[in-house]
Formats: sequence, C-alpha cells, structure tokens
Amino acid sequence: MLTLKFRHTAKRRLAGKRVTAIIGVVASGNLEVLLERVLPGAECEVDIATPIIGYDETWKAVIDEFVERFAPGGLRISINDGGARPDTVFLRLMQGSALMEKV
Amino acid sequence: MIDWQSERRSREERLRAGSKFADGKMVAADAATALLEAVTRPGDRICLEGDNQKQADFLAACLANANPKVLHDLHVVQSGIVLPEHIDLFEKGIAKKLDYSYSGPQSYAVPRALNSGTIELGAIHTYVELFARYFVDLTPHVALTVARSADREGNLYMGPNTEDSPTVIEATAFKEGIVVAQVNEVVDKLPRVDIPGDRVDFVVAAPKPFYVEPLFTRDPASITETQILAAMMAIKGIYAEYGIKRLNHGIGYNTAAIELLLPTYADKLGLKGKIATHWALNPHPTLIPAIESGWVKQIHSFGSEVGMDAYMRARSDVYFTGRDGSMSSNRMYCQIAGLYATDLFIGSTLQIDLNGNSSTVTRDRIAGFGGAPNMGSDAHGRRHGSEPWLKAGREAVDGDPRLMRGRKLVVQIVETFSEKTIPAFVEKLDAVDLADKFKLPIAPVMIYGDDVTHIVSEEGIANLLLCRTAAEREQAIRAIAGFTDVGRARDRKMVEKLRERKIVLRPEDLGIDPLDAQRSMLAARSIEDLMHWSGNLYDPPNKFRNW
Repeated sequence: MLTLKFRHTAKRRLAGKRVTAIIGVVASGNLEVLLERVLPGAECEVDIATPIIGYDETWKAVIDEFVERFAPGGLRISINDGGARPDTVFLRLMQGSALMEKV
Repeated sequence: MIDWQSERRSREERLRAGSKFADGKMVAADAATALLEAVTRPGDRICLEGDNQKQADFLAACLANANPKVLHDLHVVQSGIVLPEHIDLFEKGIAKKLDYSYSGPQSYAVPRALNSGTIELGAIHTYVELFARYFVDLTPHVALTVARSADREGNLYMGPNTEDSPTVIEATAFKEGIVVAQVNEVVDKLPRVDIPGDRVDFVVAAPKPFYVEPLFTRDPASITETQILAAMMAIKGIYAEYGIKRLNHGIGYNTAAIELLLPTYADKLGLKGKIATHWALNPHPTLIPAIESGWVKQIHSFGSEVGMDAYMRARSDVYFTGRDGSMSSNRMYCQIAGLYATDLFIGSTLQIDLNGNSSTVTRDRIAGFGGAPNMGSDAHGRRHGSEPWLKAGREAVDGDPRLMRGRKLVVQIVETFSEKTIPAFVEKLDAVDLADKFKLPIAPVMIYGDDVTHIVSEEGIANLLLCRTAAEREQAIRAIAGFTDVGRARDRKMVEKLRERKIVLRPEDLGIDPLDAQRSMLAARSIEDLMHWSGNLYDPPNKFRNW
C-alpha cells in the first residue's frame, strides 16, 4: 500500500456547513472518499492510500485540478483507493465536495 | 455487329447450368455447393449477404466448400466480412479481391490476410457508399441472400431483418445477375412479400435458421457513473441547448446511458417532447424505457435486433411495421434518413486526435466503417432548415445569415480512458501508422475532424463549431481530454478563455449536480429491468440472461 499526501491553499473556503461526508466504495476500480471540515481558512489536505504504485504524477494532477476548480478550503480529504481510473477519482471528489456544500 | 445482350445470354447459360440442381427454383441443401459452382464464373463479383446483423451463413459455408479449380478469383463486394467462412474464401483462393464496409468479428483476420497478400483490397466503404457502387461500378454478378421464408415461386419474407437485401437484389436482378436465397423454411403463403419472386432465381431451405448477431444490445449493468456524467452533459449541453428532436445514436455504453436517462434525468429537466422524438435507429433495447414513458414518436431502423420482434410488433405507432404486423428495416433507406433527415449523430470512438479526427482502428485491427461515417457527416446536399441545423450553422461561420449553410451536429462521446486505462485522446491516430503498414491510399478515419461539431467526455464538452483557429480547436480538445497526456499538456490560460466563450463547458458550467451521476439515475439497471419495462415483450438473447 502506497500513501501520498498533498497540501494546498485553496482559493477560498468551501461553502456549506456540513462537517463530514463519505462517498464511494472500496472496490476494484472504485474508491472511497472521506471529507472532513477540520482545517482552518482555505487550507486543504489530501491523504491517499492506493494499492497501485507509479501514478504519483497523475494523482498530483488530479488533486491540483480539483483544488483549482472546486476550491475545497477547510477540508481534510482521505482517499481509500481500489485502483480507480483518474476520471473516476475526479468524479468522486466532485461528488464529495457537492455533498459538503449541501446543508 | 455489336453484341448488346451478352449479359442476358450469360445469365441464361448460368440458369440452365443451375437448373440441373433445382426443382423449379427449389434447391436441396446438399446440392447448394454444386448450384453455386454452376451459376458462378471465375472472376465474378459476388455479394454474400451478411452485414453486421443477419448472415447468409449456410450459403457462405457452401461457397467456401466450392472447388477452387472451378471457382476462383471472385471479387467479393459485400457489406460485412463477419463469418470465418468469409475469410476461408480468400484463403482457399476462391476469392481474391475485396470491397467491403465492416469486419467486426474478423477485424484481426482482415489485416493478417492483407499482409500475406491473401486479400487484395479494393476499398473500405461506408454502407451507403458501397450500396451506391452496386449501381455504378460494383454490380454483383451473383448475390447470395437470406430470408426467413420463401414460397415455391421464390417470393421472400424477411420480416424485421430486411436490412441490405432489397438493395443488393435490386442491383443484381436488374443487371442480369443471379440471385440465390437461403431461407429458414419454404411455406405455402408468406406473411408479406419483401422481395418479389421474379427477382429470385433459386431458393435453398437451410438446415438451420440463419445467424443474427445481437449487435445493438447493451447491458445497462455495465454503464459506469462517469458515462452517466458525460450523458447528462450531452443531454443538457447539446440536446436541450439545440432542441434536438431528430437524431441517430451509435452503439456504445455512452449513448445507451443517454437513452436510459431520458425518462429520468431529462424528464426532471422538463425536456419531454422537446428532444429525442424522431429517430433513425436500430431497435436498441435500452430505448424501451423512453418509448414506454412516451418520449419517442417514431423510429426507422437499419436492421433488426434479436429479441425485439414481439415488442416492435406491439408498438406499431413507433416502428415501421408491415401490413402483417412485423417490422420492416432497410439499411439503404435508414442511412439516407440518418444523413439527410436527422439533426444529430452521436457515437463513441476509440481514438481522437488534436484536430478532432476519430478512428476505431488500433494497431493490427481493422473493424471497417459500417454506417458511422455516413451518419457522422454533414450532408452538403441538405436544403431544408431546422432550428438545430440553423443554430449550428450560425455558430460555425461568421457572415451573411441568408447565405449560410446549416450544420448537422456530429458528436463524439468518449471516456478519456478506456476500461484498460488506454487514452482516447492521442497526438496521432494509430490509423495513420496502419495505413503506412498496409499501404492504404488514405488512413481509415471514421469521422473527419471537419465534420465533428462537439466532443463530449466526462470532463466536459468541446464545441468545435465556435472555434475559429486551429490553436483554439486543439486547446478545446485538450481541455476535455482529462488526465491523459493530451489533456495534461493543455494551456490553462487559453482553456479559461475558451470557457468564457462557452467553447469549453464543464459540468459546473452546465449546472449539473455531480451527485446526480449515479446508477440509480438509469431508468433500467439490467437487461431484466428492460424486459420488465417492455411488459415482457422483449425477449433477451440467452447470452444476456443471468437470472
């Protein structure tokens, strides 16, 4: 199991008041994402546990793009990966941030 | 003296030779190979009917059993190279030259045979293009067709699988050719006559019913959430935006997802009656929920689909059914309908380059074209206006609107990565290397970039109509190429500008809630669900039954 950690300062704090959300499942080609509103200001932290090695650059690109487009300030995001494709990871992140924005 | 009737005399000789193996028009199954040897001449153009759906499989096997000393150097002119026997003809030397359209199951065998010189290739066509050549320079001398039943006069009943037959037989029969039909049974009275008996010379009752491939059945269980997201964008960003009522869908899970989102997601958007009402489409089982929910007014089909007969018979307001109640298809008519009378084609592909050219060719595999290049092209002969066509035309060109051509919407919908994490977006199509390898005069491009108006991926929509320079086009494509190498090499600043001009649209730009991208949004989530939607009229083939 490989672990990766990314820290970002987003453009702003993510809207909404929800404290935690979880989306997805740990299954082959899928992933589980836990989102917690625990960080100050626009800080954002992403921890990834993946069984597949050699995709560090792709993970970095996915997280960069997500932070740039969805400004998830204040969130600690933990990803439990089951070997999902980057497009699936991105969809789950979009879904997770949409959940956190809901009342 | 000029001989004006040599073809007629040749036909009479062939008929005399063939009649030795026939009782009237009826030929016993075990005499079929001898019949084909008698009525065919070396070097003849021959069409063994078989497209992507029905197959004259018994006659193909009989021809492949012919003696290559008697029958050799045939020129095969047919839409599908699908059965192993089609390849056998070339390996045995019975056939030499090939002009065709589609080679799905034989897509690896065809390039191997080209490489070894076993097949001499004329060209790979789109269906309607090959049919056109049947009437100009590739008229068959012999056509081997296939029907559900015949009577003793040779009248043929094809039912929903009419497909290519009327076209092939018209060209052959009226140019002094020989028409041989394989049928499942000979009966006293046909439900309806699809081909008049005076165009049919010989009829063989085959030992087994002819084979039909269930090519258009997509199991909803295999549709992913990223496909659902892309389908939602297509519905909201293209179908609703342009008001698409008349359309064609290709085969694939992406378009199946759109079909299954009509009664759910599109209904929630209030689009019922405003989009997707009139179709040129094979009988896709995944459209059943939309039909049952009252979305669909009318469908004309290229061919049939296994298991759909009873459903289509019961939904005669929607399908084209004969006086006998069974559906009729016609590939030539439906291709023309898709070319001239629809405002949108949407289909999947395997590779798209930076200019928007797309191809289903990968290394060592030539699947041919089928109908997609015809559906997926702008008809320059079109003259009737419609809102979607005019709007697309206005987006494409700056100039005097009175002199502006409309544009058919030609949409490619892909996932940025395939199931095996192979990127759909590439700098250079494999088709280009393949053309070099097999010395083809042009690369087998499925849809040329200048015909493509939109590309949809799970990352967004690229509207190529609104691009004014090659650089804008390239960045619009990179902008939706996700995390592929092509996507990651995008110019972020330029992409943001394209987004402002609505050339690039993201789910968030379209107001799409990513939480809607769930399988529970599909109107049917399994083949069994489709069967239930149809009131058990849809009878799925066994390979799709897992309950």
